[in-house]
Amino acid sequence: MIYSALADRIRANRPVALLTVIDGPNTGATFLVAPDQDKIETLGSLGDSELDRVASRDALGELEAGRTSVRNYGPSGQVTPEDLQDTPIVRVFVESFSPPPQMIIFGAVDFTAALARVAKVLGYYVVVCDAREVFATKRRFPMADEVLVTWPTPVLTDRGPNLGARDAVCILTHDPKFDVPAIQGSLATSVGYIGVMGSRKTHAKRLERLAEVGISEPKDLSRLMSPIGLDIGSRTPEETAISICAEIIGKRVGRTVPSLSNSDGPIHR
Amino acid sequence: MREILGDIDRWRTQNKRIAVARVVDIEGSGPRDPGAAMAVNEDGEVCGSVSGGCVEGAVVAEALEILKSDSPGRLVKFGYSDDEAFAVGLTCGGTVHLFIQPLTW
Repeated sequence: MIYSALADRIRANRPVALLTVIDGPNTGATFLVAPDQDKIETLGSLGDSELDRVASRDALGELEAGRTSVRNYGPSGQVTPEDLQDTPIVRVFVESFSPPPQMIIFGAVDFTAALARVAKVLGYYVVVCDAREVFATKRRFPMADEVLVTWPTPVLTDRGPNLGARDAVCILTHDPKFDVPAIQGSLATSVGYIGVMGSRKTHAKRLERLAEVGISEPKDLSRLMSPIGLDIGSRTPEETAISICAEIIGKRVGRTVPSLSNSDGPIHR
Repeated sequence: MREILGDIDRWRTQNKRIAVARVVDIEGSGPRDPGAAMAVNEDGEVCGSVSGGCVEGAVVAEALEILKSDSPGRLVKFGYSDDEAFAVGLTCGGTVHLFIQPLTW
């Protein structure tokens, strides 16, 4: 019963935490904590109602942070070192299942399919968006979770507030009509990665257009990874997709990686 | 867990007994983070993984043992310098703590 509820929540991309006693009294006891707007649904028990209450509160915090860890309690949920002194320790594995990170890809071009495929391998929820009905079809992008026929502004107005450090926006259009609002909209969010495709020449021209709409602050422009991806000499759409995703990983964990946006010279040699 | 739900569902509809092994902690270098999971059914079929392939064989043996013994689950440690328990370890030198339990919930 707990398993079914867990599987349903995971599949629906809704946050859920699975708590398991891995050592101490009631080893093997299982407890599910699922936040639902302003209430919390629980299923099962760790063996004590007070322990359940304290652990479910902690689980919500872990879920929020997307963290999975082991926590120690007393048999009735004691947490302070003094209270834990003369009691058996209940070790609880708190496993968080947070919704997957999102990648929004603007532009339904050849590179889009390859990028969407690689992003799916990495566990992203992938949204493909293009205003051209002929190109933005589920048939062309069967791997995408959603294919939207619309302009960037409504998409980013709608979903922007939910974008965070783990999420990515990739702008592959090369078309100023589309790029500029996509960049503008993305910069207004806290999204962790904004990659913009195009040659160095294209990017230089794009910067002029962005300046025309008032985007010229270094703190904004430095968020734009353009040319997009790592300088690994990618040729095919698939190789480019790998270089983009590798750049996203590097940026997320704060490593210095050889981004094309930090180098100069030709992208393809 | 996400990637093994499909196999677990299939085994459940076949009424197979299932054990689930999850990484709960790692010390030093470990290939998979806490939460990495594999499942083993009573016939010894396996899905998922908990390391780079170093300890999976031993996990299957332990999981089958747990399914036979009606144990509620137990903590198992695999480490390079660990003499006891199992003659396998992580070639990367880390220690991985697994909790293996029957899927009765």
